[in-house]
Amino acid sequence: MVSIEELKKISSQVRRDIIRMVCSAKSGHPGGSLSSADFLTALYFGGVMKHDPATWTRSGKGQDVFILSAGHLTPVYYSLLARAGYFPVEELSTFRKFGSRLQGHPSIEAGLPGVFQPSGSLGQGLSLAAGVALGKRIDNDGNLTYVLLGDGESEEGQIWEAAMFCAHHKIDNLIAITDWNRQQIDGNVDSVGGLGDLESKWKSFGWEVISCDGHDFGAILSAFGKAKGFTGKGKPVMLLMNTEMGHGVDFMAGTCEWHGKAPSAELADKALAQIEETLGDY
Amino acid sequence: MKKYTDTGKKDTRSGFGEGLYEAAAKNPDVVALTADLIGSVKMGKFAKDFPERFFQCGIAEANMIGTAAGLALTGKTAFASSFAEFVTGRVYDQIRQEVAYGHTNVKIAASHAGITLGEDGATHQTMEDIALMRALPGMVVINPCDFNQTKAATIAAAEYYGPVYLRFGRPSVPNFTPEDQKFEIGKAIIMNEGTDVTIIATGHLVWEALKAAESLEAEGVSAEVIDIATIKPLDREAVIASVSKTGAVVCAEEHNMAGGLGELIAGTLAGSCPAHMEFVNGQDRFGQSGTPSELMTAYGLDAEHIAIAARQAISKK
Repeated sequence: MVSIEELKKISSQVRRDIIRMVCSAKSGHPGGSLSSADFLTALYFGGVMKHDPATWTRSGKGQDVFILSAGHLTPVYYSLLARAGYFPVEELSTFRKFGSRLQGHPSIEAGLPGVFQPSGSLGQGLSLAAGVALGKRIDNDGNLTYVLLGDGESEEGQIWEAAMFCAHHKIDNLIAITDWNRQQIDGNVDSVGGLGDLESKWKSFGWEVISCDGHDFGAILSAFGKAKGFTGKGKPVMLLMNTEMGHGVDFMAGTCEWHGKAPSAELADKALAQIEETLGDY
Repeated sequence: MKKYTDTGKKDTRSGFGEGLYEAAAKNPDVVALTADLIGSVKMGKFAKDFPERFFQCGIAEANMIGTAAGLALTGKTAFASSFAEFVTGRVYDQIRQEVAYGHTNVKIAASHAGITLGEDGATHQTMEDIALMRALPGMVVINPCDFNQTKAATIAAAEYYGPVYLRFGRPSVPNFTPEDQKFEIGKAIIMNEGTDVTIIATGHLVWEALKAAESLEAEGVSAEVIDIATIKPLDREAVIASVSKTGAVVCAEEHNMAGGLGELIAGTLAGSCPAHMEFVNGQDRFGQSGTPSELMTAYGLDAEHIAIAARQAISKK
């Protein structure tokens, strides 16, 4: 387990990777990658998730499984996988380029270690995670399944099919996380899709719900600990991470503008000037 | 001509149910999911005897496909079943991402396919499912012709690793293929050898093709009948070899023209063995309520129409 100071250093480097990757690719999704960078850093590096790049297999046997349902968050996802040792960090420079294993959205065909399943068409990952969790239940594999949903993504009907299914089947080896950054492509999630009160919604669907400040490492680690404490008790667990779209870069923060847009080289420099290089750029 | 005997009418979906049960009894990794249709898709015995491997998904097909893919990731052989329309058209994108692009070991078990679903009418009668599933890279598409073949195909699908679309139907139809057959994925079955015309059929229309061949024989016409139980991958060699010999071909299927077996055969022959072709299919229409046999006749999906099409194909030679 690394300290909060260490986690801050890692997430700072991850934020630099995100900016540099989308700038180099001239496309990609920085906004949600920046909003989810802190709690995902905690998940991969904070001793929360049981995972090991050396013994990783796509079946997830003997380890925890992480499903990225919001598949457009590849910048943060690939950066974390590389920094955790799943593949060389230099490969981040190939993001979204022809022939790369770092496809715009996660791909199995590309064979990138750490990636369990393709995603990108939204709303599907919770169903997938439910299946993985049930498979682990059948196999008496006591490990957990984590899944990350976007808040805008939660406008998809299938999310709520899966919400009902997980509670009905008492899938209690599953921790879902929602990056509640309150922005989507066309604007605020409440103005675009009428998302409303996620906490009440998930509770009424029979889930254990925890809310957390998604940029406070102390709170994040405590929330993950609480979530793990709720597993094995007959209910699925939802962690609502209250975050800010584009967090860490002043001109990207709190706006939908940078959901899926790459900064120019000049703007990327402006962003990078605000983020400390801690582990060395790729 | 080779004689086939109807050993007693049975529904192909019951062949699926028996095949699934047999596969599950042999392999503890076989799991099954359905969306509020246990009885219709013949999963009752499986659900009763293997409750820890059976998942009732409720009326939520999209979630069912994703859950099946998740189970498959952990090493399970997952059969997800509902009516053909609801496990193709309704969930095409889920199948595309989670099953086909994800290369997961999921079997889409599609019951009540085609117009012979009958009285429920067009909302439930898919005639487009083969087109949708054929279009997906790497998807195996199987459409067996009777109870025995469906049972064997289900066992073969369970033994094969990868995405499979397995299509079968609701009504009781003649059961005429061998009880102990081994189903080979990707292999066409020459049901009858002939020299004047090749009748290529799939699913329920294989029996009709054989009946058509019998009536043609009475007129002195020798028809070769091929059962295309695996639509994808297509047994190109068998099709080309037969049509090179006969020079005329009829394609018969309980599906629309667009994206169906007929277009597939036409595309296959165009490059290597152009021939005079006729098509027996649902054309470009939706179905309607009626008994299966009424609908087969009304939509021209029977032995009589196949025989007419065969004579037309021969007359163009």
